[in-house]
This record gives sequence, C-alpha cells and structure tokens, in this order.
Amino acid sequence: MQLKRTVKFEADRDPEFARWISHTVGGERIRHCLQCGLCSASCPLSLYMDYTPRRLMHLSREGFKEEVLSSSSIWLCTACYACMVECPKKINITHLMYALKERAIEERFYPKRFPIPVMAQQFCRMVRDSGRITESWLIVRVFLRSAIWRLLGMSGLGWKLFAAGRMNVKKEKIQRSREITVLLDSVADTRKELAL
Amino acid sequence: MKYAYYPGCSLRGTGRAYEESLLAVFRSLEIEIQELDDWNCCGATTYLSVDELTSYALAARNLALAERVGMDIIAPCAACYLVLNKTQRYIRDYPDIKTVVSRALAKIELEYHDRVRVRHPLDVFLNDIGLKAISAKVVKPLKGLKVAPYYGCQIVRPYATFDDQRNPISMDRLLEACGATVVSYPLKTRCCGGSQKGTLPEIGLDLIRYLIAEAQRNGADVIATVCPLCQFNLECFQKEAGSVRHPLSIPVLYFTQLMALALGAPAATIGLRRSLVPVEPVLAAKEIAYA
Amino acid sequence: MPDTPGPTNGSNAGGVRVGVYVCHCGTNIAGTVDVSAVSKYAAGLPGVMVSRDYKYMCSDPGQALIQQDIREHSLNRIVVASCSPLLHEPTFRRAIDRAGLNSFMLQMVNIREHVSWVHLDKQAATSKANDLIRAAVRRVFLHKPLQRRRVAINPNVLVVGGGIAGIHAALTLAGAGKHVYMVEREPTIGGHMAKFDKTFPTLDCAACILTPKMTAVGTHPGITLWTYAEVGNVSGYVGNYKVQVKRKPRYIIEDLCLGCQECVTACVYKEGKTPDEFNLGLSKRKPVYLPFPQAVPQKVVIDPDTCIEFKSGKCKKTCVEACGERGAIDFKQKETLEEIEVGTIILATGFKSFNAGRNAYYGYGRYPNVYTSLEVERLINASGPTGGELILRDGKRPKAVGIIHCVGSRDANTNRWCSRVCCMYSLKLAHLIKERTGAEVFNFYIDMRTPGKGYEEFYDRLLDEGVHFVRGRVAEVTDWAAHPSEKGKLVIRAEDTLAAFVRRVPVDMVVLSTGLEPQADAQAVRRLFNISCSSEGWFLERHPKLAPVSTFTEGVYIAGACQGPKDIPDTVAQAGAAAAEALALIDAQFVELEPYTAFISEEECSGCKSCIALCPYQAISFVEEKKKATINEVLCKGCGTCVAGCPSGSIQQNFFEDEEIFEEIEGVLAYA
Repeated sequence: MQLKRTVKFEADRDPEFARWISHTVGGERIRHCLQCGLCSASCPLSLYMDYTPRRLMHLSREGFKEEVLSSSSIWLCTACYACMVECPKKINITHLMYALKERAIEERFYPKRFPIPVMAQQFCRMVRDSGRITESWLIVRVFLRSAIWRLLGMSGLGWKLFAAGRMNVKKEKIQRSREITVLLDSVADTRKELAL
Repeated sequence: MKYAYYPGCSLRGTGRAYEESLLAVFRSLEIEIQELDDWNCCGATTYLSVDELTSYALAARNLALAERVGMDIIAPCAACYLVLNKTQRYIRDYPDIKTVVSRALAKIELEYHDRVRVRHPLDVFLNDIGLKAISAKVVKPLKGLKVAPYYGCQIVRPYATFDDQRNPISMDRLLEACGATVVSYPLKTRCCGGSQKGTLPEIGLDLIRYLIAEAQRNGADVIATVCPLCQFNLECFQKEAGSVRHPLSIPVLYFTQLMALALGAPAATIGLRRSLVPVEPVLAAKEIAYA
Repeated sequence: MPDTPGPTNGSNAGGVRVGVYVCHCGTNIAGTVDVSAVSKYAAGLPGVMVSRDYKYMCSDPGQALIQQDIREHSLNRIVVASCSPLLHEPTFRRAIDRAGLNSFMLQMVNIREHVSWVHLDKQAATSKANDLIRAAVRRVFLHKPLQRRRVAINPNVLVVGGGIAGIHAALTLAGAGKHVYMVEREPTIGGHMAKFDKTFPTLDCAACILTPKMTAVGTHPGITLWTYAEVGNVSGYVGNYKVQVKRKPRYIIEDLCLGCQECVTACVYKEGKTPDEFNLGLSKRKPVYLPFPQAVPQKVVIDPDTCIEFKSGKCKKTCVEACGERGAIDFKQKETLEEIEVGTIILATGFKSFNAGRNAYYGYGRYPNVYTSLEVERLINASGPTGGELILRDGKRPKAVGIIHCVGSRDANTNRWCSRVCCMYSLKLAHLIKERTGAEVFNFYIDMRTPGKGYEEFYDRLLDEGVHFVRGRVAEVTDWAAHPSEKGKLVIRAEDTLAAFVRRVPVDMVVLSTGLEPQADAQAVRRLFNISCSSEGWFLERHPKLAPVSTFTEGVYIAGACQGPKDIPDTVAQAGAAAAEALALIDAQFVELEPYTAFISEEECSGCKSCIALCPYQAISFVEEKKKATINEVLCKGCGTCVAGCPSGSIQQNFFEDEEIFEEIEGVLAYA
C-alpha cells in the first residue's frame, strides 16, 4: 500500500502561470469556467487522461504549473474541438491545449524521446527547411529519434503503402523556399518588438 | 468561376487517391481550378502546438497567394481546411496576430486583406454546383451500395460554415445523389485520433476500433471519408483493431472516389487500386461497374 | 400650456427678483469650492436680490431661510446651488411651494457631483461654480409657473393571465372590493401550476391547493372572468385605460353549459385523434373537450380546426343531440369584442418552457423515451394520460431514470440565466419517480440550487432516499452501446467531476429539466401595454431591488414568472405586491403628473405629421379639421423626441423650452 501525502500550499502555486493562461490567446474566459465537466464528457480522449480537460482548466487558472505541464492530457488532445462546441461558457479549451503544448515544449516538460513533441519538432523543422512535408521522411525521422523499434514494426505497412504508390520517396520542396526563412525571421522580430 | 486548388502535403503522399479522384470529379463537373502556385504546408495541427504565431504566418502565405490571383481556395484536406479558416479568423479577431502576419507577409512582398474564402469540396459541390446538376451527370449510379459517411472533426468543428455542426448531412446528400444508400452512423463526427495512432498506438487503436466496428454493425459496405488522416487511420489498422471473434474488414474510400465512380471515371484514374482493403469485391457484388 | 402666473406673496410688478442659495454641504462642497466667494459673486448678478451661503440648505433651518426670504423680499425666482437635483429638487420645490411660490420657479445647480466631487483645483472649482450659477440665474428668469395635473383613478383593475400569479392578484383586489377583469388566453385558468403533480418542498398536490383559488375566481362576484380571450388593444393613461378584449368563440354558450361532458362522450369521434394540449401531446383529445377535469370555467370547448362540422358542414352533430334541451352548442358563435375601462393593469402572463429539441445532443424528439420535466409531471399525475403510472412511449416501465439539470439554462449557446426552479423540481421528480416505481434514479447537476425556505432540508431528504447525484453536465444522450450492458438503453455520458472520471450511465428514461424562458409573444405583449423588456426578454421592472413589480409605465404592474423565473412562493408574493401597489394607487384616488410635457404651437405647426411617428408613447394625434398635430398632455412623458424632431421647431417642452436652454448656455459661456 503506497501512502502519499498531498497538501498544496500557496507557495506551490505559480501566479505568473495563472496570469499567463488568462492572457494568452483563447484564455480570455478561463475564469468563467463553471467546472461543469461537459468538456471532459465530450472529449473522446478524456478516458485516458490523468487530468481531464475540466481539471486541467481549473489547475491552470489556479497556477499549478507543475501538474499541468507534466500531465498527459495536453499530449493526448487531438484538437477535435468537441469540448468547445457545447461549452456553456464558450471557453476556447482547444486553443488553450495548444498553448499548453507550446509552453511544455518550450520548457521541456516531457520525458525524453516522447514521440509527440519529437513529432512536433521534426514536423516544424521539415516545414522550415522545405516548405512542405514529405510523410515518409517525417515518420522515419520521428521514430529514429523516439522509438526506433516501431519503425521495424511498421515496415510491413510501409511496404504495402509503397506498393500502392502512396509513399512519396522524393522530398517535396517549394520553389521559393527562402521565403519561409524570411517569414520566420520576421515573426521572431515582431514578436520580440511587441513583447508577445 | 475559377478556384485556387490547395492540395496540401498529404494528397501527394498517403492521400494520393484523394487528389486523383477529386481532380476527376472537377473535370466531370466542369469546375475550373488552378493549383495554387508554390503553396506551402499549412502547418496542420502540429505547428500550432509548437509556435502559433509562426503557424499563422505560414498559413497566411497561402491566403495571400490566393488573394494575389483573386480566387477562393478549395482545400480538400480537412486539416488544411481548418487551419486556413482558423488563421483567417484569428487574424480578424486579434490585432496582434494581424500585425505579426502582415509584417511577415510584407517581407516577402505579399499582402492579405481578408478577401478570399476557404472552401471545402463538399461545400463547393453542394452549394455552387448543386445536387440536381450532379445527379444529372451520374452515369453509373451506386445502386445498392451502403455507405457510412464519416465526417470526422475538422470540417464541422469548431467552424460549421456549410453544414450542421452536430449532425452534418452534406456528404449524405451527395452520396445519395450518386445513387448510394447512406446507413445510420451516429459516430460520424467522433474523432479518429488523428496522429495518436502513430505516437500513442494503443489509444489511437481504441478510437479507430469503435468507428470501424459501428460502421460494420450498421451494415455499411464501405466508409466514406473527407480527410487523408482519417482515411489512413480507418483503413490501415483494421487487422490490429479487430480480433479473431470480431474481425474488422471494410473498405475505406474518399467520398470523391465514390462520386467519380458514379460520374463515370475509369477506376484506374481514381486510385481504387491504392486501397489496402480492396473495394473491387464489394463493387462487383453490387454489380457496380468499375472498369 | 398653462400661462397663469402662480401665486407669489408680495409684488411681482418690479419684475424678476432672484434669491441664490449656495450650500456648503458640510465640507462636501465647502472643502473645495469657496462658497462665500461664490455667494458674493452671485449677489452681483442682475436680478439677484438675495444671495446667501449656508451649511446645509436641505435642512429645516435651511429651507426656512428660503421661505423667509421669499416672504420678506418678495422673491419670485429661486436658485439653489447644492447637490444633484435627483436628490433634493423635490425638497426645495416643496419648500418654496409652502411659501406660496410656484414649485417650478426653481433652478438647481449641481456644485457637488459636478464640481466639488470631481475637481481638485480649488480656484478652478470656484470659478466653475460661479459660471454655473450665472447660467442658472439667467435661465430661471424665463421659468414659467407650471401646474401639475391631477387625474382621477378608475378603481377597476385588469389582470392579464390566469395562472397562480393572476389568480392571487385578482382575489386580493376583489377582496378589497375592487372590480377585476381577468383575461386568460387558454380556455381555462390555472396556468402551468395546474399541470404539476406535486409542488416542492412540501409535496402539496398542486391541484389541491390551486383549484380552490380557481373556483373562488370563477365564482367571485367582483371578478369578471374571460377565458379563451386576449387583449386586443390598450389606450389611455394611468387611471384611465381603455382596453379592448377579444373573446374567441368556444362555440358553446357559456351560460348554458353545465360541464356535464355528455357532448364529449357522444362525439362522432370514438377516440380522440388530436394531441391533447394540457397533457403536452402525450394523449389525444376529441374536437370537443374539457381542457382538464378541474377546469375553470367548467365549460367545454370546440376546436374548429378538427371538428368535422366546421370542415364539411355535414356532421351528424351527436353532440347537439346529447346536449338536448340545454342547447348550449352554437356553431355559429363569433368572436366578440368587449370594451372595458380600468385604472390599473397587472400583467401576469407567465413563462414558456425551453424547447428541449434545441439541444440536439440530448435526443429529445429522436429517442421516444426522452421526456421534458413537464411531460413527466403529466405522466405521474393521477389525472394524466397514464393515470399516474410511469409508462413510457414504448410501453415499458423504466428501471433506471436519468434526470438532467440545466437543460437550456446557464448556457451561452441557449439561455445564459439560471432558471431558478429546475434544481428543486428535479429533486421533486427524483423523489416522486423513486417512490412510485422504485427505479434507480440519477440526477446529473452542476450546482444544487436550493435557496428557499425548506429547500435545503428537502435536498437532505432526497440524499437519504438513495438517489444517485452525479455532478457533471451531460455531454450526450445516445443509444450507441460501448459496453454490452448498454444495449437497448439510452446512455448518458457525463464527467463525474467529484470523482474525476467520465461515466456512462445506461437508463431507460431520460428526463430533461428544461429551463424557463419568456413567452414567445412577450415582445408583442409588452408593446401592447407600453412597457419594456429586459435584454433577455422578461418584462422589465422599474428597479430590480426596490421596485420589482412596477414598470416604467404608471399604472401597469407585472407579477410572477413574466418578470423572471421564480417559484410559486415568490410568484404569489409578487402577485400580492402588485395588487397592493395597484390598491395604493386606487386608494389615492388621484395621481399627479409632472408638467414636463411637450406642447405644439398651433400657428407654427405645418401639419407635416413627422412628430406622430416619433412619439414612443403615442401621445400625439392629428386633428383633421385643423390639419395640425396635438399632444395629449396626460400621455406625454416628456422624453423630448418630438421637440427635437419637429422640422419647423413648433414643439416646445415645458421647463426645457429653447429659450431657457439658450439662456443657460449663454450664461455658461459669458465670462465675467
């Protein structure tokens, strides 16, 4: 029998985190959340989450950063928007999940080799370099860096797809790929200037 | 009216059959399109998880390119459709985002003034062409074919611009116009898990299992989809998802493949042979020609 | 426009004689404004005979000062520079009236809220006070001695709506000896309460407590009850309303009908084919019917849309035969119009239930065994469609029932407000269902709202009874089975927020606790009676705390759910309050109207009729013979719209005439 002591002191709260989530895009109405639970009930992934979307909203607005950013919920969210459709307070839950993902990736709140952030980063790198995604290469790069044995497990499927002509081996690239770099630099500059 | 065609990255890869059949349908219905010149990846759901401002700027490049040629965008991939729409709205609603995006676009000599619409092919077929015109062009009605229409998340949530959010019927009507029978499918808008099958396989599989089992239970011969990732998820893991006692095996096609068939396009041109769960036996059983 | 100068003691011959009074208001004004300097400045203005400053002008000695000066110095204009006129204008008006000077020869200057309370710079504040007083003195020169008008109050009362609110108000008023006209749209009074089985928290049988009051209304000599009737037109003003009531034909001569219902039994329809309105469509009725067994008046109605005689003219008319010598059936009956005169009106038109079909994910209308709470009230009611047995549409008896709270309420997608009664009635239904059927009952709630007397104790009682309480807003009701035990059931999916996991609960019957909304025709009704609605559509009270049953239209009161969702105790309290306020008005016998009315100069009126459409109170009419517009002073509320709108400037408003305003402006702009 594992006994654990749980009490939360005010020092455990991170007011900056609470402030950040209410001011980020989509978080305008988070203080209105009634904790009714409709989001968790609509969410097809909530069954697997350690903190259901509802709990996550409350933990976030109260500033319990550790719990929130280390939760499995933010990675399980597939952004299907089912929660937002019926939310009686019209809270932009999906967008907040995106914001939490972004922050978790920024602050490295995930186990090493966890496939989802690895996938996210590899995806972005590919877009930055080529302007387009080549699915086959993306899968290879992701699994090489996270769960290499799965690549072998998927080889059967891979071969079938190749045979069906659905595997693009040639790397897709846009012509004016320099524009992507310019875009990215500009965003970084403006972001710094406006302190966003 | 000419449209800017935005295929998105998947339609050149796993979703090749979607592009082939979509183009065949465009030809059949005489819809003029022009591929958006040098389009870039929209960022899908992934870029938003890493850096939302950059994601909007990347997506906006496509919007600006379409505005430059003065055409509305047709985005067949559900994720692209959602991201482009979302980008439009967020630029409209948040001045900071607008500033970041406008400056970034200006640096590559592009401008965006909210003058293009982003449409899904379902929307264009239903509202611009009309069911009557489509019915009139059907030469091989899909009589007796029972289809489960699977919409997935992204074309109905959160923005339901051309169909009902909770009980969409646009695809149902289109398939019926092609002569097919649409079966009841209460899970038609339940999430397939997206990329979770790759990253968290057990969970992804659970979600997929329900969808396929329900379609089969309701007597569907084939599942029709609008999204390359949904199609991939539903088609490629049926053996894993099923069991010895409850095997799962049902072809999963793009709705445009079914439409193209009905409109008389030859099977070779609409990617039927790219399916991993072959659909030809089903068509043969229903005596639907697919030469 | 009255032109007779008011009474003034002393001589008026010398012209204008102004008294200026600058209040210190303790240190509220004097702390920032140099009041003695202001008073000295005012003394030097043209026409000012007396100028004083004093610590508290509104006090008795302060007022006495003004009265004394009026008498001693023959003052005929008074300027008081103090706090906001909203606070003490009536005080000073009364004071000068008692000294024999017309109340309206007064101009107040606000040097507290407008000067001392908003400025820190003493010099600037004092200077501003001077400017404002100078302006007031110039304006008050042009004031005219206006007269308040008195109108008599007709003691009759109109009560619109025959639910518990209307019934209680009517009985109270009739008990006080006033004649009441009650107009009810349905063929019987009783409202929503008549449909309930038991009421919370006492579990009184609704009909048992309501029907005696209904009967009292039906038999009271002081109440004229018109059912199956609606108000067609209202004109007039407080104390003098003329109302036209349209009475729909029942095709039954009310005085002759005994309510024996032999016509219903004899009707050529062997069984009812039309959905019964009282039972919310759960049973069927014939074209001739009694709305419900305890209907008041106890008279049948014939529905012309389903009666064969109206459709083809060839019915055997077995009903007429059965009625026999009484001869109460009259197929030729027409709508009648009644014209009545009343002094006050009480609106008690009630609420409408939220249409559960709007929440598609709850399956109302799609799954036969999803019910609204009102439908369940009828099911468990002994005189309902199933004789009080809980039998579902598919004939089953439920072994598990789910009650979903907050349907349509507390939701940005439908109605934002909390409907106040649903938690309590959901608890009541849970209790009744469990008691009658022994089924497992699950209540899905977000908060348990039990604010009334005995309400929390009622919740305690429920907690004892073994009802499952799951805190979580339900996401969907579905017939899709994810588990073998769910086959053939309706599954309710909600997060049990207290336990922090998602639950799927299979039930046989789902009860939707639908919220309350304003009636569908609330806007049309409010226009008829010239009152306002809040942004949510409920009738607007004059003040949410201090005047909940009166409206901005004098003589029109509101009571009950039409003002906002509430339970029966609050409804009855409001009905009593509205009756009391109406009685207060009637008892006063007269009402005085403020003279801020607009008036038209006949010579200048061009007869263009622009003003008539502008008036929100329909106070302006066109006199054909003269081809000029004229304003009914009693209806005019002094809003000023016509004054601004008249293209030829021929409309002026008492106390706000153009010249008066211009003088005030000039006074402010003229630098000393």
